[in-house]
Amino acid sequence: MNFTAMGFKSNQAVADTQNTQDTQDVDLLQCDSEYLKVCGLRAAYGDVGVLHGIDFSVAKGQIAVILGANGAGKTTTLRALTGMVSTEGSIRLAGEELVGEPTAEIVRRGVAHVPQGRGTFGDMSVEENLLVGAFVRNDKQVRSDIAYWYQTFPVLGERRNQPAGSLSGGEQQMLAIARALMLRPSLLLLDEPSLGLAPMVTRFLFEQLKASNAIAGTTMLVVEQNAGLALSVASWAYVLEAGEMVLAGPACELAVNDKVRRAYLGY
Amino acid sequence: MLFCRLATTLGTFDISLDKLSDGELWLAQFFRGLSDGATYASLALALVMIYKSTGFINFAQGSLALLGVYLVYVFSVEQGLPIAVAVVCAMVASALVAMFIERTFIRPFPPNNVLPLVIVTLGLLLIIDSAVGIVWQFRTRSLPSMFSDSAPIQWGIARLTWRTIGNLGAVFVVVGLLYVLMARTKIGLAFRAVSSNLESAQLMGIRVGSTLGFGWALAAAIGTLSGALVVPDLLLEPSVMLRVLIFSLAAAALGGLDSMVGAVLGGLVVGLTRNLLVTFLDLSELALATAVAVILVVLLARPTGFLGTVRRERV
Ligand SMILES: Nc1ncnc2c1ncn2[C@@H]1O[C@H](COP(=O)(O)OP(=O)(O)OP(=O)(O)O)[C@@H](O)[C@H]1O
Ligand SMILES: [Mg+2]
Repeated sequence: MNFTAMGFKSNQAVADTQNTQDTQDVDLLQCDSEYLKVCGLRAAYGDVGVLHGIDFSVAKGQIAVILGANGAGKTTTLRALTGMVSTEGSIRLAGEELVGEPTAEIVRRGVAHVPQGRGTFGDMSVEENLLVGAFVRNDKQVRSDIAYWYQTFPVLGERRNQPAGSLSGGEQQMLAIARALMLRPSLLLLDEPSLGLAPMVTRFLFEQLKASNAIAGTTMLVVEQNAGLALSVASWAYVLEAGEMVLAGPACELAVNDKVRRAYLGY
Repeated sequence: MLFCRLATTLGTFDISLDKLSDGELWLAQFFRGLSDGATYASLALALVMIYKSTGFINFAQGSLALLGVYLVYVFSVEQGLPIAVAVVCAMVASALVAMFIERTFIRPFPPNNVLPLVIVTLGLLLIIDSAVGIVWQFRTRSLPSMFSDSAPIQWGIARLTWRTIGNLGAVFVVVGLLYVLMARTKIGLAFRAVSSNLESAQLMGIRVGSTLGFGWALAAAIGTLSGALVVPDLLLEPSVMLRVLIFSLAAAALGGLDSMVGAVLGGLVVGLTRNLLVTFLDLSELALATAVAVILVVLLARPTGFLGTVRRERV
């Protein structure tokens, strides 16, 4: 991988520092600096309540994962964070309340959200999709960031002038993630990034996410079906069942928890 | 000839061979059709812009254009400004009114639920039209044109007037400017993102409300221009833009509703068809009906119009 565009270190070095840091500082980070703090979060579609008052938090610079069965409310949780579903309770980002803010204003505070199903602009070119990703930025490095993503995901560079809708599902997922990171977010929300991707591509994608986390310090909250991979990348994990948080803990502990093993890791 | 048969069976229309073989008449109607078509095209452009970004036809656009044309009248005839200056002032003023209307009556409704919005625009159509009627009364007036009616080129009765050239030129300038705006500017990028996927646009930090407000303003300015082009050929009265709106709707539908180039093509086709039918079949009473018939036939054969995109999403 070539990180020269952003002056990055090699991927492996990045992953190493991340791992050592994870195992040592998890507990400290958790109580020390809650970058995202959610309390008593309720969300509903019309009259149907989906989240019944959940609490969770993500420390600054951390990768946290939410596991849960289909329909548990994972997508709804992320949508509540970016103001896309009617919500009660409290969501604080760096101490500032987000509940009641319109989506665009939440994004302008540095929250990027890759929705389930990607949400690429199908009739706009790959390059335009990336440009829209940087819409709220005013700095001069937008072009070099685009060049960086073309290097990271060469297929995006090769097809920069083609409509995003003509890319394969996996390619569109890469585009959606690159587009979200074009914001240079401080918090990245990812809803099932591995959906429809080949295992190789999924692993590559998670390496990239881990690299962004280590280099830019991007805090991440990931919803993921591939629990094994997610738990290996994340430092903190939550389990959501029918709109309630039923488990929380360091990812390495949850990975050996019997219940989690049976329900999400399948052994 | 289907039309001849139709006409002879009905026995009322007089289609003389003289008329049909009269080349000058054809050419004259061709020029007239182009001129009318250009004005339909510009209002159709405004309709398409709003349709693309919001997914609904804004029926109030004809009324905003009507208001704009009355403002042209006020600025030029009453205040004595040169007509071109009056048109520009009226375009700006109608854009501001449109922004205000969008803010007050449209933005409170969720943008992804189309039906209430369509009803609101229909309500606005009635309100604005009757307000114009109350303020300016229902008597007819004549409006000066930006382009002279003299003809630099003339074959017998077929005259290619400056007005025809001006109307066509204005539409092409508008299309060109819109293209640059959409393809090269940041607000254009935001507008296209909102048109493409509203929720994703919000997730990119785009303020959807003000982006759509900008679209409304732009569409109203274009509508006013369209009115200022077409009304001098007619008479200014409070229902004048309603007829133009119907032909423009036909044009937009023909073009595929979401294509700007399609709207221009559709406008020219409607303008030409209308003038030729009216002349050769003496259908002036049925001009509106023929416009609707043309839309129906084309849309039956090709539901997406000339250039409309089939909404196709990969999953
Ligand atoms: N737009 C909606 N309107 C009504 N109900 C909805 C809507 N979206 C989701 N729900 C309901 O809310 C519940 C939680 O849905 P959610 O999409 O958050 O689940 P999820 O955990 O993301 O599931 P999956 O793993 O399948 O993506 C489900 O019962 C679902 O039927
Ligand atoms: Mg989901």
